[in-house]
Amino acid sequence: MQRQHSYLQLFSAVCKKDLQLAFRQRAEIVNPLLFFLIVITLFPLAIGPEPGLLARMAPGIIWVAALLSTMLGLDKIFRDDFHDGSLEQLIASSYPLPLTVLAKVLAHWVITGLPLVLMTPVFALLLNLDSQALVATVITLLLGTPLLSFIGAIGAGLTVGLQKGGILMSLLVLPLYIPVLIFATSAIDTSTMSLDYSGQLAILGAMLVVAILSAPIAISSALKVSVS
Amino acid sequence: MQLAGPNGAGKTSLLRIIAGFAAPDEGDIFWHDTSIAKNYDEFARELLFIGHKTGVNAQLTALENVRFWLQIQGYDDNQDLYALLAKIGLVGLEDVPVRTLSAGQQRRVALLRLWLNDAKLWILDEPFTALDKAGVAFLQARFVSHLETGGAILLTTHQDLTTHFNDLQTVTLEYRH
Repeated sequence: MQRQHSYLQLFSAVCKKDLQLAFRQRAEIVNPLLFFLIVITLFPLAIGPEPGLLARMAPGIIWVAALLSTMLGLDKIFRDDFHDGSLEQLIASSYPLPLTVLAKVLAHWVITGLPLVLMTPVFALLLNLDSQALVATVITLLLGTPLLSFIGAIGAGLTVGLQKGGILMSLLVLPLYIPVLIFATSAIDTSTMSLDYSGQLAILGAMLVVAILSAPIAISSALKVSVS
Repeated sequence: MQLAGPNGAGKTSLLRIIAGFAAPDEGDIFWHDTSIAKNYDEFARELLFIGHKTGVNAQLTALENVRFWLQIQGYDDNQDLYALLAKIGLVGLEDVPVRTLSAGQQRRVALLRLWLNDAKLWILDEPFTALDKAGVAFLQARFVSHLETGGAILLTTHQDLTTHFNDLQTVTLEYRH
């Protein structure tokens, strides 16, 4: 029994397991998408189907809906591993826990965030979003949804041991989502005025880099607290 | 070494503290004269922990579970696992989700790790739960071979150990309010 230390092996094993599980229970992928779609269709019904008004509000609606639907899938991220004891095995593995966590969060983004980004062009039709704003929306979602996953995973890690952690997690995480929301919608707004919005994208990108580097450490500590 | 004591005496809590999952209120755990809190990765490399919650995912198959565990521990996952699964009595059940197996069979999936590691210290919380007599004997035979190669085992069990272990020590915890 020789141990060969390969970080790549760990990373791919953790990603593969989570993706495999998600594809076996497809509801995990489909449900947040359906939720996203339903929230988006509620708005034209509630505020009236006037095309100009909808187009003006579309970026905000899409972003808030994206935020809520990522929220929905968040508590799934560590719950099963916590309850079946896999989390303990991951902590007692000889690999650093933040790396494992990074793999789990990325897998979670591929399951919940990426489909959202890919479906946005279709859903945007419902809101009469013009092509310029659509491009900006997709780019901001591409940068922003992984950020939401990283921030959210900190809250998920902290609350995974609680019986009814869902609401508490939303309260912890939603305020932290505000900066992402501000810069993303500001980028889209700027794009509708045909101005350069690379500044906002740069800030979102910078936040994402910081999150990738520091969130796994925070999530690991949160998980260790939850397990003990 | 066997930890004994009535329900609620704190056996599982003590095991979890020794394994490093929970912090002790007082004192420290040392492994090779170093505090495990200071050098956990080093300790984790020599530790095999199987708790009440065994870390077996119910949606995955036995084979996938074992493979995943080998990968997260850094072992080679390209070995012939079918022979081992057969040895532990899971022949023909390699490719069905673990949730469809019986409790004893699920435990066997977790206990397979005992044949697949080079850890010195095994910490096992109630390893015999749900196992049949043959399974218990088989497991104890594995304990003997682990001890012969210089390993250590710390376990809790309410069953009597049927095999005679030469240097078995028993620590009994008392239930206090």
